[in-house]
Amino acid sequence: MSINTEVSAEKNGAGASMNAQEFLTFVLGDESYGIDILKVQEIRGYDAVTKIANTPDFIKGVVNLRGLIVPIVDLRIKFGLGKVVYDEFTVVIILNLNGRVVGIVVDGVSDVMNLNDSQIRNVPDIVASIDTKYITGLATVDEKMFILVDIEQLMNSQEMELVDAVSVH
Amino acid sequence: MSVDMSQFYEVFFDESEELLAEAERLLLQLDIENPDAEDLNAIFRAAHSIKGGAATFGFMDMAEITHVLENLLDKIRKQEMALTPDHVDAFLAAKDVLKMELDGHRLGSEVDMGQVAEVKRVLSSLADAGGVEIKPAPGMASQPKAVAPEPAVEQVPVERPVEIVSQQDTNAGGMKVFKITLPKVSEKDANNLKEELGLLGEVGLVKQEAGHTVFDLTTDSSEADIVSICSFIIDPKDLVITQGKASSTEAANTATSAKVDVAIHEEAGYGLFADESKEHVEEGYGFFAPFTPHQDAVKTTLIGDDTPVSPEATAAAMPESQPAPVAVEPKETNATPAAEKKNLGRRETDKAPASAETSSIRVGVEKVDQLINLVGELVITQAMIEQRVSMLDPIENEALINSISQLTRNTRDLQESVMSIRMMPMDFVFSRFPRMVRDLAAKLGKKVELVTVGATTELDKGLIERIVDPLTHLVRNSVDHGIETPDKRKANNKSETGRLTLSAAHKGGSIVIEVTDDGGGLNRDKILAKAQSNGLPVSENMTDSEVFNLIFAPGFSTAEVVTDVSGRGVGMDVVKRNITSMGGTVEIRSALGFGTTISISLPLTLAILDGMSVSLGQNIYVVPLNLIVETMQPRMEDIKTVTNEGLMVHVRGEYLPIIPLYALFKQDTEIMHPTEGVLIIIEAEGKKAALFVDALVGQQQVVIKSLETNFKKIQGVSGATIMGDGSVALILDVPTVIKMGQNNLKEGVYQ
Repeated sequence: MSINTEVSAEKNGAGASMNAQEFLTFVLGDESYGIDILKVQEIRGYDAVTKIANTPDFIKGVVNLRGLIVPIVDLRIKFGLGKVVYDEFTVVIILNLNGRVVGIVVDGVSDVMNLNDSQIRNVPDIVASIDTKYITGLATVDEKMFILVDIEQLMNSQEMELVDAVSVH
Repeated sequence: MSVDMSQFYEVFFDESEELLAEAERLLLQLDIENPDAEDLNAIFRAAHSIKGGAATFGFMDMAEITHVLENLLDKIRKQEMALTPDHVDAFLAAKDVLKMELDGHRLGSEVDMGQVAEVKRVLSSLADAGGVEIKPAPGMASQPKAVAPEPAVEQVPVERPVEIVSQQDTNAGGMKVFKITLPKVSEKDANNLKEELGLLGEVGLVKQEAGHTVFDLTTDSSEADIVSICSFIIDPKDLVITQGKASSTEAANTATSAKVDVAIHEEAGYGLFADESKEHVEEGYGFFAPFTPHQDAVKTTLIGDDTPVSPEATAAAMPESQPAPVAVEPKETNATPAAEKKNLGRRETDKAPASAETSSIRVGVEKVDQLINLVGELVITQAMIEQRVSMLDPIENEALINSISQLTRNTRDLQESVMSIRMMPMDFVFSRFPRMVRDLAAKLGKKVELVTVGATTELDKGLIERIVDPLTHLVRNSVDHGIETPDKRKANNKSETGRLTLSAAHKGGSIVIEVTDDGGGLNRDKILAKAQSNGLPVSENMTDSEVFNLIFAPGFSTAEVVTDVSGRGVGMDVVKRNITSMGGTVEIRSALGFGTTISISLPLTLAILDGMSVSLGQNIYVVPLNLIVETMQPRMEDIKTVTNEGLMVHVRGEYLPIIPLYALFKQDTEIMHPTEGVLIIIEAEGKKAALFVDALVGQQQVVIKSLETNFKKIQGVSGATIMGDGSVALILDVPTVIKMGQNNLKEGVYQ
């Protein structure tokens, strides 16, 4: 059984300012992250994966997504956050990064947020689990801080080992 | 035997159009002061590819321009000449002319021969003058466009015993006048024919011309009708039906119908026009002038059921008082039965020239892939339903179960048809070579016998289309450089006729296409010497295959003479590049004096694979069935330990290394000893090994899906597939698995 939620990328906030952007926020351990919602294709449950030999343990394997072979990365293992359990509440965010479809396992999906430029602050030299070069900004909403991640750059980076070395731009 | 080339025209047109666009783009961004060698090479390759294609299809006008263009580009590329803005201008003009000629062949649009000749002249003068452009003589520049004063109606039949030529259009109701020339037939037959033709319309003016009987027929019927009537009495193969003029309304409607015809007739028609063209050469830029040099070569093709000549090819470029579609004939009067056949489904009537229609639809590959994926999903869903239904009570749910089995059948059929969309027999490629080889051989004064093997081997359409260019180059090379002249062959105690073999086969999980000739073979010393003079790093110690691979270097050619067939050394460069881009490899085997085999090995991309699914722990892997020699459950005494080299198994007198898949792929399994599991004897690239897995699951056809689309290449895995239950299974890359196994053995991983 899986929870399939198609995420609509439509702008819904009538009061959103001109530079407002929508983010999907998710939780990894104690940290909340936000990614550009236009990069998200869908959210689904965690299905059985086919393990791939000789890959790092955070690459769980590949799944069949309606005929597409899609690799699944467990960000919890990659960044050493949260409890690594796979049950009916485990959530996979399917990303569509310029045609490449990749799934990421996170602790949970929280919300879709409208953020405008004024709410986004520059990145100080914080210590986050994700390398600061992939962090585009910080946002505070209702006393909670969200780390905004350039997910495309992160997933295409060498450290994720999802792409062949040659095809990295 | 003549091969119907028209089925490939569309591909050539599309390819050429792309290549021209690409060449133009490169030309436009070329830095004249400091041109990028890679860009120049790319332009050169584009010109070369167009030339090759044009020559194959008999579009000699295009081949000629590209040949001149190539000469000049080659000098610049080799830095014998500095690039000047004049060059770029001339190249762009040449590109425009090529485009015009292409459209002329494709859409029947007008070709400005004055411009063609002018561009050709500028190009050759540039090539000769070392970069100094000679200004065109004023007289030449102002030459009238496309002079072809002789109406085609007046052609003298050169080789045709029968000719039907249409004359002036008499009324606007679609009535046409045909002039029909018969071979020497008896008077009785002639009279019969006259009566039969009388049923179609009005037969008038019967006369004798040099032993041939000539009819004039006014009719509203099509040429096909005339042909079918004549075929009762004379061989329809010998029929020449031409009809120059249609009523203007029809002509306008059928403007595009000439597209195919023009191409066909030009291909077959040079012989007939040749005499005429000679006359026009003196007068300036006669329409046929560009064809004359090839007259001899092409004339020979005028045999058998070749399409006869109709005047529209000529007339299309004739200055006429009537507006544009002057000489385009109505669709119903397309030449002979042969032409009729070719044109089936190509009867564009109301279309503008820009959107020519064909019997096939060009659909984006991604659309087909999407369809295949969807059907794959459907099959999986169907299997799931079937599985669930099988758990129901068969008596209570009889109707449902029957419906499901109906669905199963339909789904299978659907899947089969969808799969077949992408698969095409190699014949599609091979069938274009007999003509080419024949023409080439005639041109070079050689005798060549072409043998094709495995023409029914099915190959993915994407691969078929992309293999054409490389194969064309290889075949041309073999005929030009490989096979020797009859005298030379005789002197070497070989039969005068050289043999060129094209073969295709599924081998070792790949598709292997080979071009084999029994010619002179590659001369190792000559290649080494040439490589040295070209400044390539070589040494005497290189193996034969390393030396042979040198011929794939750009600009490498040992031919002393550059002909318009080959010898520039571009071809092999392109071949290698194309095949590498398809993920394939090229291998050369050659023995001096005995011939050369060039073997292209292509991976299966979307091909369907017969696979054996095997289980390992929780996972299923697929081993390509054609790489499996046998499977066995070894007995304890068959297993031997070799110090530091892991386990070996004794099979029929052979000792094979055991590769435990669980260790190779670091998977958990409970079955740790070969006697508890299954050994699969695999063979690839001449090496055998025993793959140790838990159990065999079953044999099935699987659709190969690339892992690299969303992921990366995984060592030892050639792809993935989706199993009946929707799970993903990995397909083993057997050659790599064997290599990995050997490395692991050396490193003592299994100890």
